Amino acid sequence: MEFSFALGVGFLTGAGVFLMLRGQTFPVILGLTLLSYAVNLFLFASGRLVINGAAILGTTDTYSDPLPQALVLTAIVIGFAMTAFVIILAIRARTDMGNDQVDGREASLTTDELVERKHRKENKR
Amino acid sequence: MEWIPVLGLNIQLHLDGLAYLFALLILGIGLLIILYARYYLSERDSMSRFYAYLMLFMVAMLGIVLSNNLIQLWFFWELTSISSFLLISFWSYRSDARKGARMALTITGAGGLALLGALLLIGHVTGTYQLDEVLGMSDVVHESGYYYVILVLFLLGAFTKSAQFPFHFWLPHAMAAPTPVSAYLHSATMVKAGIFLMARFFPLLADTDAWFIVVSLTGMATLLVGAYTALFKHDLKGLLAYSTISHLGLITLLLGLGSELAAIAAVFHVINHAIFKASLFMAAGIIDHESGTRDMRKLNGLWKYMPVTATLAMVAAASMAGVPLLNGFLSKEMMFAETLNQYTLGALSWWIPLLATVGGALSVAYSLRFMHDVFFNGEPIGLTKTPHEPPRYMRVPVEVLVVLCLVVGIFPQFVIGDLLNAASSAVLQTELPEFHLHIWHGFNVPLAMSAVAITVGSFLYIKRKHLFNFQGQFNDIDAKMIFEGVVQDIVQKAGVLYRWFDSDSLQRAMFLMLLLSLAMVSYPLLTMASVEGTRPQIPTNWVVTFCTGLLIISTLLTVWWSHLRLRALLALSVVGLVVSITFAYFSAPDLALTQLSVEVVTILLFLLALFFLPQHSPVIDSPLRVIVRDLGVATLFGSVVGTICYAMLTRPLESISDFFLENSKSGGGGTNVVNVILVDFRGFDTLGEITVLGIAALGIYKLLLRITLAMPTANSDGVPWSRESHPVLLALVSQSLLPLALLVSAYIFLRGHNMPGGGFIAGLITAIALIQQYVAHGVEWMKQRMPINYQALIASGLCIAILSGVGSWVFGFNFLKTWYDYFYLPGIGKFELASAMVFDLGVYLTVIGATLLILANLGKMTTSERLRLRGGKE
Repeated sequence: MEFSFALGVGFLTGAGVFLMLRGQTFPVILGLTLLSYAVNLFLFASGRLVINGAAILGTTDTYSDPLPQALVLTAIVIGFAMTAFVIILAIRARTDMGNDQVDGREASLTTDELVERKHRKENKR
Repeated sequence: MEWIPVLGLNIQLHLDGLAYLFALLILGIGLLIILYARYYLSERDSMSRFYAYLMLFMVAMLGIVLSNNLIQLWFFWELTSISSFLLISFWSYRSDARKGARMALTITGAGGLALLGALLLIGHVTGTYQLDEVLGMSDVVHESGYYYVILVLFLLGAFTKSAQFPFHFWLPHAMAAPTPVSAYLHSATMVKAGIFLMARFFPLLADTDAWFIVVSLTGMATLLVGAYTALFKHDLKGLLAYSTISHLGLITLLLGLGSELAAIAAVFHVINHAIFKASLFMAAGIIDHESGTRDMRKLNGLWKYMPVTATLAMVAAASMAGVPLLNGFLSKEMMFAETLNQYTLGALSWWIPLLATVGGALSVAYSLRFMHDVFFNGEPIGLTKTPHEPPRYMRVPVEVLVVLCLVVGIFPQFVIGDLLNAASSAVLQTELPEFHLHIWHGFNVPLAMSAVAITVGSFLYIKRKHLFNFQGQFNDIDAKMIFEGVVQDIVQKAGVLYRWFDSDSLQRAMFLMLLLSLAMVSYPLLTMASVEGTRPQIPTNWVVTFCTGLLIISTLLTVWWSHLRLRALLALSVVGLVVSITFAYFSAPDLALTQLSVEVVTILLFLLALFFLPQHSPVIDSPLRVIVRDLGVATLFGSVVGTICYAMLTRPLESISDFFLENSKSGGGGTNVVNVILVDFRGFDTLGEITVLGIAALGIYKLLLRITLAMPTANSDGVPWSRESHPVLLALVSQSLLPLALLVSAYIFLRGHNMPGGGFIAGLITAIALIQQYVAHGVEWMKQRMPINYQALIASGLCIAILSGVGSWVFGFNFLKTWYDYFYLPGIGKFELASAMVFDLGVYLTVIGATLLILANLGKMTTSERLRLRGGKE
């Protein structure tokens, strides 16, 4: 069972890292989300795996470790706030810069094309 | 006095013979310089700034010689570098002053870093930073195995400060400073700091062959290079600067000879050199001041114009040359005697007295040049003003020092014997050998060497034309050009390196960062014996296998579909669901509930965001090479993290959680330990976290405030969006579900202290229920029925949380201390009330406020209200 857990965490991490290295904002946000799943699971794992041992006093004999759980609980909520922030940042960046690349540059366009586009924009104005 | 006791840093002062000698030099010559500078500076110069820098330097220099703590010593050491920088660049409008100051700071500062390394190593080896303790631990340092590292670093620090070859080049450029500064810092005191340091650590480091060879040869090279170069300088101060270098070399040579008498001679020469060189610099300053130039090709025959100054300067210069009856002669004799008594170079040891005599001859030659060229040798050429004697008190310091030259030279034992004794015994830390200071030691070899030096030196000076012609064949190596070139080169290389790291591309930066962390994380794994630990593992079953498979497949699908945005979201939500199930399965019901509700909110947010982001992504967004590279890194990373996770899971756990389990009921009044940790044990953390949540929400609010979004009206295939925004069925169902949802959230909230639940989860459930109303009815409809300002909601939630913490102060408890008790109400029965619930209420409100502020604001952008707003503007 430990092996399956670790396998899942590994896959989540790998996928998250790969998506984080993409150029567009949307895959990057997806990657961040996957990575935060992985991180939360990893943190949770530091309390080891226990079945039927919820840390509610009086319900069982062996309790799972409540401390990582408390940490992960807040981490989930903060993670949501962070994801939301990044999403809005991406939207804002798109409207302000006109593309959805993480570094504000369109990878496929050469410098000449960018200059040309700028001229076109100015002409329109 | 304790400063940073944890690091063994104490402010400690310590006065022994050596420190006393140096303190006397610093204060005595300092006093004379202060008087002198009063007349030297013109009215345009800021007197106050000058004296402030000078005093700073004086304090720093005193700090060096009086420190009894290694780090404290280093601190003052660096302070002298900085104040020297400020003083050299005093005329900051002059480019040579700025460049000279920068060069001096770079060289001495780099040396200071090396010195710090040496001192830290010494402290590490000996276990103490206290100087007087360290000095007695010579054996410990020698046997530690760090000796050579310490020696090299230490000598780098000392040599750069004392302008030893090949670091000597900064000193001539430091002559751009006002002359009082040159006289004080760059001849009498600061450049002696390196000498002081070598003398101070003499008992600790100086009894190995390495020390003898390195120090004596460096000293000898410096002596010769300095003396030879000085001969060809046309600038008065340039000549003096190189002669200073040469004399510093002489002292270093003496320290390097290793014999006790040589060390005494070194201390003696420190005194003598400070006296005659300071007076010479001051005389040069007077000449510069009263005649307008320092060029010896223009300055001739000044004897007629300023006889008194000329006499004084000539006496000092004669002392520099080593003429009998003057102090310079005595220490030079001692030096000659000691060079005869050493065996540093084995059978070739006779080179050293020979070379020393050559150095002596050169020094006679440049001293003669100083005397003859400036004060005799015809008439001045092309001076802008007629030279004359300086103001009365400007000459006093020179007079004092020259009188000292004579007195020390004639009555050495009487005047300076005791001081020298004290200082030398402090250097050697042992009984002094017998020695006597006499003017006349009889006819012996050193006297012969002196005679040879004076004769050859005079001859050299008379035949100087030939020498100058000879030297003229070579191009002058300009140290400044080389130095600037090196600096430019370093800056350029740094730029290249920087651009390599930061090429404007986020992906590249991220990639490098990942590689670095990968390397750092993998390294310890490589040294681990086995992945699997000793903890007994839980046998797997088909449910877990199925869920793992589902997780992996949906993870991969998220990646695969990442360009087909909606499908990627679907896959992502499956991942989130499996994660929640995982939490539930492994005994973390609170986490499962939280993850589930956050999942809903996140996906809603993503859906809203999709509306504004481009609908199309290229399937392959970067060159195939890059994709393969990224895949490789991702695979490595995933495998490393997975391995760590597995290694961790299979190892036994030592947790601090037993405390929480034991005290949860008795101390926090709740049986749900996770919740009690959140609102009680670690309540302060939670407070911080909801604050972050609130700040993130407000940040989003601000980001969305003045945004001009492109509103797509059709999908990518050109099919227009449906205008029918709020399906009736959804509206009806959600409206009737709302009370139920609120009831559930209230239930979850109330039971949170004892059963899975609590403020976070209840807040999320409430938020979801309300968002559902937004989805079903639209922003306007909601706004009419629920006119709540979400910012205010966040603020009030935070306030409640903080107040519940502050409240316990009123009762004399710590911040956020929980109080609880049991009550009876007819009809309900016994129930518990805990102050932690108030805190949890704060959490609850903040979570609702933050979530809704984010979603409602983004949602608003898509609705007719926004269109109306825009319409109104237009």
